[in-house]
Amino acid sequence: MSEESISLYQKRIQIYPRSVKGRFRNLKTGILVLAYVVYYLLPWLRWERPNAPNQAILYDLPGRHFYIFDLVIQVQDIFWLAGVLIIFAILLFFVTGIAGRVWCGYFCFQTLWTDLFMMVEQWVQGERPARMRLDKGPWNREKLVKKGLTYGLWLLIAFWTGLTFTMYWVDAPTLVVDMLLGHAPYAAYFTTCFLALTTFVMAGLAREQVCTYMCPYARFQSAMFDHDTLIVSYDERRGEGTQGRTKLGKGLKTREERQAQGVGDCIDCGYCVQVCPVGIDIRKGLQYQCISCALCVDACDTIMDNLKWPRGLVLYTSENALNGKKTRLVKPKSIGYGVILTAATSLLIWSVLTRAPYTGTVEQIRQPLYTQMSDGGIRNSYEIKLNNKLTAPMTVGIRIEGLAGATLNMDGMERIELEPQERIKLLARVQIPPVGGNGSPGDQVTFVIEPLMGVQAEPIRRQVPFYIPEGGR
Amino acid sequence: MPGTATCKSITTRCLVGGCGLFYASAVFAVLYWFIYPSWPVGDTWIKGFGTVNYAVTDKASGKEEEREYRWNTRALLLEDLGDATNDPQRKEMLAKVQAASYDQIVKDPKMMEFVRSVGKGLFGDNCAACHGRGGQGVVGMYPNLTDDDWLWGGGMDQIHETLVQGRRGFMPAFGAVLKPDQLDDVAEYVLTLSGETQPSAASERGQAIFQGQVGGCYYCHGADAKGLQSQGAANLTDKIWAIADVPAQKSVQDKKAAIKNFVAKGVNNTRIMPAWKDRLSPTDIKLIAVYVHQLGGAQ
Repeated sequence: MSEESISLYQKRIQIYPRSVKGRFRNLKTGILVLAYVVYYLLPWLRWERPNAPNQAILYDLPGRHFYIFDLVIQVQDIFWLAGVLIIFAILLFFVTGIAGRVWCGYFCFQTLWTDLFMMVEQWVQGERPARMRLDKGPWNREKLVKKGLTYGLWLLIAFWTGLTFTMYWVDAPTLVVDMLLGHAPYAAYFTTCFLALTTFVMAGLAREQVCTYMCPYARFQSAMFDHDTLIVSYDERRGEGTQGRTKLGKGLKTREERQAQGVGDCIDCGYCVQVCPVGIDIRKGLQYQCISCALCVDACDTIMDNLKWPRGLVLYTSENALNGKKTRLVKPKSIGYGVILTAATSLLIWSVLTRAPYTGTVEQIRQPLYTQMSDGGIRNSYEIKLNNKLTAPMTVGIRIEGLAGATLNMDGMERIELEPQERIKLLARVQIPPVGGNGSPGDQVTFVIEPLMGVQAEPIRRQVPFYIPEGGR
Repeated sequence: MPGTATCKSITTRCLVGGCGLFYASAVFAVLYWFIYPSWPVGDTWIKGFGTVNYAVTDKASGKEEEREYRWNTRALLLEDLGDATNDPQRKEMLAKVQAASYDQIVKDPKMMEFVRSVGKGLFGDNCAACHGRGGQGVVGMYPNLTDDDWLWGGGMDQIHETLVQGRRGFMPAFGAVLKPDQLDDVAEYVLTLSGETQPSAASERGQAIFQGQVGGCYYCHGADAKGLQSQGAANLTDKIWAIADVPAQKSVQDKKAAIKNFVAKGVNNTRIMPAWKDRLSPTDIKLIAVYVHQLGGAQ
């Protein structure tokens, strides 16, 4: 064997997927339209908010606020994002365990944008044979125009995709105007161009290679498969019979004729291979490249319908079902994921619904830890941080309790008006009269921070140490 | 053998790849010399292409102007610092504080938050070396700024004056004027003033010296011994000891000795607060004044 014959690199074979009609194609198109309507139009949706931006969805990084309709998320609530990500991860495990690569086949943005780019390609260059002919042919006027138009449209979509992504982070109408006038910040141009470029490369050029070679999810979803997981598969027994598949030919036209000779139902038309966006032959069994888009099911169903033979030669099934056993949908793994999913979702919803309208923390100032006053009393100082999380003003009152004889001095800021979404640090001094003895490590004072006007909420109580030095001074 | 062939193939590829990277790095290094400042050449050096702009104050004219410098990390730092001080929000707050009176600043939560934040840095840079990071001072040497006892006054105007003009603490040495037992009596009396000890025959003798012409202490400390802020004379009746470290002493004898020591030696050229009017801008002095004022609990 020569050295040249072994290579670690496989050159890409261009795939020319043929179009197909059917229920799964319709489902995919439906999801695609819905997803694009949401993605491209959502940043333009306005939402009336007093004292805050009026964009329905706005991730305001400089202002450290996320606006999602009536929900305003502050930076300290960012752990909700972790919750959402955990829920998405478990949802992926849960769904994949039961129904296989549903995410890959129907929802993944790589699948959606590749699908859109293929639609554009087909609209400009024609069906599979036309595209193949065009690629093989010389660079003439027709090829130049068609290829140019395809790439141009792709670039346009890619650019708008990038721009739309950027719109979620700033006021959309302002951004578009600024972009055109050249006033937008550098980050906006960079984000837009970077996403435009990746969209163009991933959906236009790389396509199935992203799923096959780049995507980690594609690979680890296989680890969640079991014998009951729904897969897109070829019914080998029916298709191959005892003598294998054969094309329709003399004496092999009807099902009865073929079955009499032991020939399977597959007429080897190759339609299922031609429609496959990742370029595999589903009849070779379950393969890691398969994204479960089910277009081969649509293709085979079309052929079976034409022949008036029953559908389901290529079908959604499970390994167990293929082997004549029952498919269990309720299995310990799914129940486990289901329970965790429900718990995580409930926890997140509970956390969002019971969010406090304001926060208040109290920290002891430790330098100096205490001050001896001229009358022999002891003073400790504290820093209070208040944060109004509402888009309306509120008034907050601060008092202390739990320390005998203690007085609070905040230079008149014991009652403070907070602007909408204002956060502020205040200085609080607590003084006790002379004690004439040692304090104990357990000496504490409780700050009660309560809303007085603008909002109804439970007061926040913060217990903090009060330091009394040796001998009370 | 196929296995060997594969290995050989991979090894060859890795070697070629490795060598390629090595030469690429070498080429990059040479390019780097010219892009960024690097080697000395004669009495100059390779200056690189990059430049950094930041504002500097011209020593001669005192005017601030933007200048261009060759790329270096120090220039980058100065540029960043310039950006920080030129932050629009900071400038806006600073202008507000500059325009406001002391009374207005103290009543405004937002301005006070700003003063505490900026003042902490100014205090740390200029004052903390003596008065401590938190303003707690050192007994006997540098006054505690966090309590409510002020040698020179704790009002905003007085703090401002202290900062602008500086202060010089003075108390004559009585060691040569008074006999040792008279010093003992005075110390005894001073201790009774703040309730450390009960009046006695000795303290009564001390009172006579304090209030009479022999000692004449009342000139500065007052007949009521409550001090005189215009002279920086300490209030001797409260619980705070700014100069003699009485609280640190355990026995009455030691407390007395601490006071006696100070009365005998006096204070001369040891307690000096420098004047800041030539070192800090009026705005910085204003910020520090408010900061110190709120440390002391607002009088």
